[in-house]
Amino acid sequence: MVALTQDVHLDIRGLGKSFGATRALDDVSVEVRSGSVHSFVGENGAGKSTLGKIVAGVFPPDQGQLVLRGTPVSFHSPRAALERGIALVAQEVALVPQLTVAQNVFLGVEPQRGGFIDRGRLLEQTERLAQDAGFDLRPNALVGRLSIAEQQQVEILRALGRDAELIVLDEPSAALSAKEVEHLHEIVRGLARRGHTVILVSHFLNEVLELADTVTVLRDGKVVQTNPAASETEASLIAAMLGRAAGRAYPDKRPPAPGTAVVLSVSDVHAPGVAGVSLEVRAGEIVGLAGLVGAGRTELARAIYGAAPATSAGMAAGVTTLPGSPSGSLRAGVAMIPESRKDDGLLLQRPVRENVSLTTLPIFDRLGFVRRGMEAEEVGSALTKVSGTPRLEAPASALSGGNQQKLMFARALLAKPNVLIADEPTRGVDVGAKRDLYRLLVEIAAQGVGVLLISNEIEEILGLSHRVVVMRLGSVTAEFEGAEMTEENILAAAFGTAPAAAA
Amino acid sequence: MTAEPRAPMLSERLMDLGRRALVIRRTGILIPFLVTFAALSLISPSFFRFQNLTNILDQQAGIIIVASAGTLVLIAGGIDLSIGAIYGLAGAVSAQVATSVSSPVGILSGLGLGLLVGLINGLIVTRFRINALIGTLAMSFVVSGFGAVLTKGNLVVAFDHPDFQQFAATRIFGITSAAWMMVIIATTIGILLARSTFGRYVYATGGNAEAARLGGVRVNTIRVATFALSGVAAAMAGVLDASRVLSAQASSGSFLTFTVLTGIIVGGTSILGGEGSIRRTVIGCLFVALVANGFNLLGLDPFYQQITLGVILLLAVGIDAWSRRFS
Ligand SMILES: Nc1ncnc2c1ncn2[C@@H]1O[C@H](COP(=O)(O)OP(=O)(O)OP(=O)(O)O)[C@@H](O)[C@H]1O
Ligand SMILES: [Mg+2]
Repeated sequence: MVALTQDVHLDIRGLGKSFGATRALDDVSVEVRSGSVHSFVGENGAGKSTLGKIVAGVFPPDQGQLVLRGTPVSFHSPRAALERGIALVAQEVALVPQLTVAQNVFLGVEPQRGGFIDRGRLLEQTERLAQDAGFDLRPNALVGRLSIAEQQQVEILRALGRDAELIVLDEPSAALSAKEVEHLHEIVRGLARRGHTVILVSHFLNEVLELADTVTVLRDGKVVQTNPAASETEASLIAAMLGRAAGRAYPDKRPPAPGTAVVLSVSDVHAPGVAGVSLEVRAGEIVGLAGLVGAGRTELARAIYGAAPATSAGMAAGVTTLPGSPSGSLRAGVAMIPESRKDDGLLLQRPVRENVSLTTLPIFDRLGFVRRGMEAEEVGSALTKVSGTPRLEAPASALSGGNQQKLMFARALLAKPNVLIADEPTRGVDVGAKRDLYRLLVEIAAQGVGVLLISNEIEEILGLSHRVVVMRLGSVTAEFEGAEMTEENILAAAFGTAPAAAA
Repeated sequence: MTAEPRAPMLSERLMDLGRRALVIRRTGILIPFLVTFAALSLISPSFFRFQNLTNILDQQAGIIIVASAGTLVLIAGGIDLSIGAIYGLAGAVSAQVATSVSSPVGILSGLGLGLLVGLINGLIVTRFRINALIGTLAMSFVVSGFGAVLTKGNLVVAFDHPDFQQFAATRIFGITSAAWMMVIIATTIGILLARSTFGRYVYATGGNAEAARLGGVRVNTIRVATFALSGVAAAMAGVLDASRVLSAQASSGSFLTFTVLTGIIVGGTSILGGEGSIRRTVIGCLFVALVANGFNLLGLDPFYQQITLGVILLLAVGIDAWSRRFS
């Protein structure tokens, strides 16, 4: 018995947590063993992030006890947890945008010399951390200027920089592309090899099966099962998560007939990070935009939508010229699901209903006033379509990450666009709901909407797109259709190691 | 190894307090207001009198009008420090024009000035991207300066124009026209904020400006509109007070800015934007007025009144900050 308890790094005993009427965690008991990678999976809102936050001292549980290496502990702040060797990489990045990468990584634990911050060492240590991790980050870059993926990397470095014994990673790969995900996996394996314990929350079951020693499935705040990863498969995990088998991952493709009208055309777009891109999307077509993080895909999307200043030789939605402002784009029938729901999408303090209807208020307007009944009805049905929780009056901040993402999807849906620019539209969404969203995307495309889909998941791009455009360093380097649309071709073009199958 | 029952730790008790603070923030200032009201009714025989209560309403009319519009500015993520200066200038100009031309023209020119300054404030904050705190502070100097130059620092009197007084002091059902206007304006702004498309955009702008912009909201237009409203409201208050006493001093508004902000914040509207309501602001302003009235009626030293107000303000902001950590 003694040997066994020693082996347990963190014993989670009967944890319970409620937010108002929501039971986020209910009698959760799990043993996390030293030096293991322990994964938590479950649907959106199952309670994974809540568990991670309690472990890292963000807030205390209502019931239950954490036992760290045999000693009962209760943390009143993340700092207290950090002092006991527990660090959290939260699902939503929480960095100081005005500070540099290095300053964020070592915030609060800066290397000192004579009472002052030792800037040389600060930069050096950050550089070393980034190199070890395989991340391409400049220590002096302002965090506010970085993409979500890069910010996610800074978060990870921050946890690594504190040399914690137990690291909680809450969906660390959600925003990363293939290359960075590979590095992340290396990091996780390295941590475990050196005896660190990793708690990994992820919706990517292949990632979970590849990295984890043990997998716990949560559903509605309760533990369904805890098993060795070796005895699980994707199907068995999905069944345990959803309480049923999931349908097919990707619906049949329904490409538009040749000669269908072009609904979005842009030519020679220049913007920060975008160097002369031209592309077209036809009605009913789903065009995948692939590339590495930093290839300029989000920048291109923002330029087209008018979220960021850009110059071009012409941008049009159908016959309407795009005026380069979000309100103008919406009027022209172009909607965008932004990359960062937290920064560019959500009104966290406002109710879900107001979040979803934001872009469509003119429709519900009567003499300057909002028709509440009609609004609630339409928002409710949009949310149901994206399998989001129809909790219309809860503030958006009370929703789990994946459910917030569905809210962004519902907003775009409600705008009934002709063109949908979807930048990582399923980031943080669970396996089951993802399939619902895929079906929805294919459905609206079939109704004549042109979709420009940006995704770091090559599988998602391959499964949905009729055509794939690959960007690298701000330009389009290749375009694939039909049989040429393979993972190898896309990756080669994205990395610039192309065996030249370029268009 | 069973978990032993243990006494709640200090940290947990603090958390508990924090959660309670959240409840206080939700119910807002209403309970302290009612308690103070009841206490004053019991302690001071002259408090719960029609005369005293309508007096409070009359005196607070200007403040509540400015605070209602100021709440919009705050919710949209701005702040307007020029309201006191606008109040002073508009009062002096309206009294001056009322004597030299006519009362209606005097009233309109006061309000027009307020609108103008409000629009300039809006442009400064949106077009020139100057921080609202700094921009409107600077404007408050400019506007007060104009006031001093125009009136040469003198009191403007309109004693021989009793018709000008009718604007603020006509009694309807025993309540002054100033108080009635306050009720109408505060209610209208309240309904606009809670029910109109514009109100939604105001919340969205202050809650997350970038998200609002990407959601198609013309964020700058909304901001300008809130500053314009605030300017007009400040001018309205200035004109009403000038009309009530038939005189005005351009430099008289310095107290107003702080009284108004105190009322709004004590009411529970966050200075960080995105949150708040007119109902809260009205109750907050009335609460501050009750405290002052109580000090008067009970014959307490007015110096302690200031200390009390300061402590109330700190408590209000403290509770706000504290409860945010637990929401
Ligand atoms: N601050 C909060 N206030 C109210 N409810 C909350 C709050 N945080 C979480 N919840 C609720 O608790 C439940 C669990 O949320 P949690 O964030 O732990 O889910 P999750 O498993 O991490 O989901 P996801 O996969 O979407 O990230 C959800 O129903 C959520 O709405
Ligand atoms: Mg989560």
